[in-house]
Amino acid sequence: MPDDTCIAIERDVDIVTARQRGRELAAATGFSTTDQTMIALAISEIARNIISYAQRGKVFLSPLAEAGRRGILIVACDGGPGIPDIELAMRDGYSTARSLGVGLPGAKRVMDDFELVSAPGTGTTVTMKKWLR
Amino acid sequence: MGVPILKQGEVLIASIQAALSDHDLEQLRDDLADQVGRFHSRGVVIDVMALDVLDSFAARTLHAIACTARLRGARAVVVGIQPDVAFGMVQLGLSLDGVSTALDLEEGLAHLGSLAKQGGHRAR
Repeated sequence: MPDDTCIAIERDVDIVTARQRGRELAAATGFSTTDQTMIALAISEIARNIISYAQRGKVFLSPLAEAGRRGILIVACDGGPGIPDIELAMRDGYSTARSLGVGLPGAKRVMDDFELVSAPGTGTTVTMKKWLR
Repeated sequence: MGVPILKQGEVLIASIQAALSDHDLEQLRDDLADQVGRFHSRGVVIDVMALDVLDSFAARTLHAIACTARLRGARAVVVGIQPDVAFGMVQLGLSLDGVSTALDLEEGLAHLGSLAKQGGHRAR
């Protein structure tokens, strides 16, 4: 079983590192190349949100095994300004930064589980899971 | 890591070799805008076959490259989007609306050739 990984997200090149590590872990877990791409894409969007809104944070990657099924866990956290209106941030096309506003809702669409915890001043944590079918 | 840009007649060919950071993509956009002017290019081909992911930033930058080229008198075509990459873009809700695409380099060059024929000399 592959190990857990934690990637510091501080510069744009770290986004590339995070999604490449995620793809490697997804491949080692047994995901198809299509699912590997979806996982890499979700990590890319979430990691970019850290750079855009919080400047720095971390992406944690871990293999999952529970109740006879396997998958991948991705946790992205930062100590940035937080998201004042989560419902609005999850809406397609909504963005406050220089982006298309597809990052969060798009990542949610390509993953199986998606949880966003955030409040102004306390930072943001996104927890995503994808299960092997 | 920079993207090599090859000049072939009136066409510039940017052949992406490896994963690009946001900064690399912006550098490519600036380099192409500059070289279109310097070489009076009429066409730009951006070959993304080597990319295993096109995320929202990459999609937006490719769109910007195509629009910038157009404003500078050249037409751009994105070639080589892999099947998984295309599927991922669709799932995420990304598109390259308004950007010409072709399956591979050869078809991209053919597309630019047909545009040049239709458009005549520098006319759009």
